[in-house]
Parts: sequence; structure tokens; C-alpha cells
Amino acid sequence: MPYVKKLKPKEFTIWKGKDPLLSHIDIELTERCNNNCIHCCINQPANDKYSLNREMDTEFIKGILTEAAILGCLTVRFTGGEPLLRHDFSQLYLFARRLGLHVILFTNARLITEKIALLFEQYPPGHVVEVSVYGMSRKSYERVAQHNGAYSEFLSGVDMLLRHQVPFIVKGLKLPFLNEEQLAFETFAKSIPAMDSIPSCSMNFDLRSRRDDPAKNASIMKLRSTPEETVAHLTSNPFYLKEMAQFCSRFIGLAGDKLFSCGAGHGACIDAYGNAQLCLPMRSSETVVNLKEVSLKKAITESFPAMRELKATNPDYLRKCAICFLKGLCEQCPAKSWMEYGTLDTPVDYLCDVAHAQARFLGLLYVGEKAWEVEDWKERVERFVDAQGLNYNPPN
Amino acid sequence: MDISLDLIYVPSEDVVARIIEDELIIVPLVAGIGDSDDELYTMNETGKAIWTRLDGKKTLGNIATELVDEFDTVPKVIEHDVLGLIGELVRRKMVVAK
Repeated sequence: MPYVKKLKPKEFTIWKGKDPLLSHIDIELTERCNNNCIHCCINQPANDKYSLNREMDTEFIKGILTEAAILGCLTVRFTGGEPLLRHDFSQLYLFARRLGLHVILFTNARLITEKIALLFEQYPPGHVVEVSVYGMSRKSYERVAQHNGAYSEFLSGVDMLLRHQVPFIVKGLKLPFLNEEQLAFETFAKSIPAMDSIPSCSMNFDLRSRRDDPAKNASIMKLRSTPEETVAHLTSNPFYLKEMAQFCSRFIGLAGDKLFSCGAGHGACIDAYGNAQLCLPMRSSETVVNLKEVSLKKAITESFPAMRELKATNPDYLRKCAICFLKGLCEQCPAKSWMEYGTLDTPVDYLCDVAHAQARFLGLLYVGEKAWEVEDWKERVERFVDAQGLNYNPPN
Repeated sequence: MDISLDLIYVPSEDVVARIIEDELIIVPLVAGIGDSDDELYTMNETGKAIWTRLDGKKTLGNIATELVDEFDTVPKVIEHDVLGLIGELVRRKMVVAK
């Protein structure tokens, strides 16, 4: 009889129905980045003194990690900005690993040195490193990243990961001038040992989550894929229909007036300055707790549950989103509303258009229909999921 | 090296032991502990009772004696469990002899 049982994290159900107080935590180590990507919703310059001086210090982050581990947390995601810009990254990484946390690192790989790759080789993160890729040629990559020399550093970082056999995956983005490189990107992705599926691509870019740069917001809007382009890209995945049927069978249904029906607040997201947020882009002061004043435990057990009860009051939201059955299919959420309009409950027209385009492709809507006006939506969803051999189990 | 009751074993520095919701979880820290780097390990009640006594002072025999008293079981059964668990943990590089 074996005394020791091996578990993959996804099989990790030791709590026997009880949820841990905190299963995962996201920590944005910095908003600074060595890239200045044309579509980015958060980056500040790499040497920005104002950001640097306000960032959490090493001991404060260690305190958060320690409290997270005590609360049962198994995984920390280090993100940014570019997390590797922090001089104490290695120290924080090892500290997290020695607490028994798995580490997910989001990086552009430009600062993956021999030393960092060796660290990951000796003390594996326990999760694939996630590398953002901004192009498959120097010209295109640096047109996105707006930094001379970025492409060769990216290649060098990727090479370091490969040579040290550090498992990583890549993520891309959809921009018109990258279209001709899509095949090269997919071929590159296939060559990476840990890639076991088609790489994800950002295309419906978020606006600035600090709401700090109207000019950049205007240019980000111009970079977004149109609803039709989004559908064309999504449906190029041969598993799209099946995956959508599986998704719709469980999640599609009326949104109601409760703002947070997503997973926001079930983990914790910490911004670069020590604020706990329901999710990473959700930076509205109504939904932020300063961890210099409140413990992480109190934030997740008292503050977050109260925030999750917030209800929409915007008449436009109540007239459309609250009675729309495309919840789940649509990315409308308080964070997106915040980034677009500075409120939590303003319908985001762009996301609405994308969701409607998808719903039309799936046969859930006819041309010209608005989803909130459809009365027989349940029958339509049932027909769609049934055609894919599934049953519809609407969410509560 | 043969595992015997007069030896002292301690948790390896290459793993991290955590108690979460009363379950003992072993998280590999370095490469080569498991088949892949994202694995976690848990133990049954017997395993947990033994692991928590690996304090660097008690021999496996001392631990078995404590468990005989605690579980009201015959020594042979407990000794078998202690040696069985430690054998498995040594194979998995989760404990080392002191």
C-alpha cells in the first residue's frame, strides 16, 4: 500500500469540498516594463522613479507571501510590468518556492539571463513560465515593443529557457501587421516542448487600467480586432464549436444585477503598491484594499465578499446587460467597465458587439437581434449544446 | 543503505512540507523529486503521523514506540508502516538519514 499519494495541482482536492481561504494569489511586482508595447494597459517606463519609489519593498512582499501560504495558497503568479526588472526578483522567487508555493511567471523573457535560467532549472517554478511574444521578426517585434534591441534579447531569453530545459509556453497577439507572421508564430510555438495547444492571442485589448493616458487609450482602441476579425480568429481553432458548446452548457445565462458573477475576489490580486484587488485590472478605489492597513486575511474574508455583493444601478446596464443571456460569452465585467468608462456598471459597447458576433456565429442570435430582447434564449442554447452532444446546465 | 529502526531520518531540504486544512502536503523544491515539476504529494494518516515526528532526534524505533501507544496497535504493524513509509520517502528523495 503506498503511503504517499502523488497529485497534479488540478487533481488537488484535498479539502474535500471545503475551499481554502486562498488558493492562489497574483502579485504585480512592478508596473514598470522594459518594453513600451503599443497595446499595453499598464506599463510605466523601466526607470520611472515615481513608480519605483512607491513599489512594495522586499520585506512587504515576503510578508504577503507568508500570509498567503498560511491561508492555504498553493500558487503565486508574479506579473507586471516586467517582474524581472525587480532587483530582488530571485530573492522573492526563492522565498515563495521555500514557502511551498508554485510560481507562475509572466514575462517578456528579455531579462532571462543564464543566472535566472539556472535558478529555474535548479528550483523549478512548478508551473510553466508564460512568455509574451510580440512578433517573429525584429521589425515587427520592436514595432510593438517600441524598444530597439528588444527582439534579440527576447530570442536570447527564450534560448536560455530552452537550454536549461525550463518549461515555458508562449502567448501572442493579433495585430494587422502581425498577420503575415501568424504561421511563423504557430510553427515556433509548436517547436516549444511544453506547448500542448494552440497559443492564445490577445486581440480585444484592454484600455489603461489606471485610466492614466487618454491618448494611448485612443490608439489602443484602433488596434483592437473588430468583432468579425475576432470571430474569424476564434473559429480558426478546429475545436472552437465543441469548446464553446462545453462552455455554454455550463456558463451561459442571464447576468442579473449582481456585478461580480465571475471569479473575482476568490483569489487575491496585489498591485505593485500593496493594494489587494478583486482582480488585476480592477483598480477602482471602491474595490481596493490597502494591505498596509488591512491584513490579507481580512481583505479576502471581509472586504472582498462585501464588494462581491455590489449591484449595478446604471439604467443602461439594467436594461441591457442584466437581462442579457450572453453572460459568459461576453467579457463585460466591472473591470472592463472601469477601464473604459471609470464606472463599474457601464455597458462596454465594443465587448457587446464582439459577444453578439460570436453568438450569431454560434446560431444563438439572428442578424439584427439584441440578446437582451430574445425571449426563447434557453431553447436556442439547448439546441446549440445538444447539437454538440451536450446538455445545458444553466448556472444558478 | 538499509533502513533500520535505530536510524534517524529528517525531511530533506529539497522538499517543503505544509499542513493545509489538516492535510500534510509535500511540495518538491528542486528538480528530480517527482516525474514532473508541478507535482504535489500528500500522505495518508499513518504517513502524516510518522512524518510529523521526524524531528532529527527520534530514531524510527522511538517513533514506532510512540505510535504504538497512540494508535493502540501491535508493534510489528507499526514498525512495518514506519519502515515502509521511510523506504518510500527515501526512494522519492523526500527524507535523508541524519
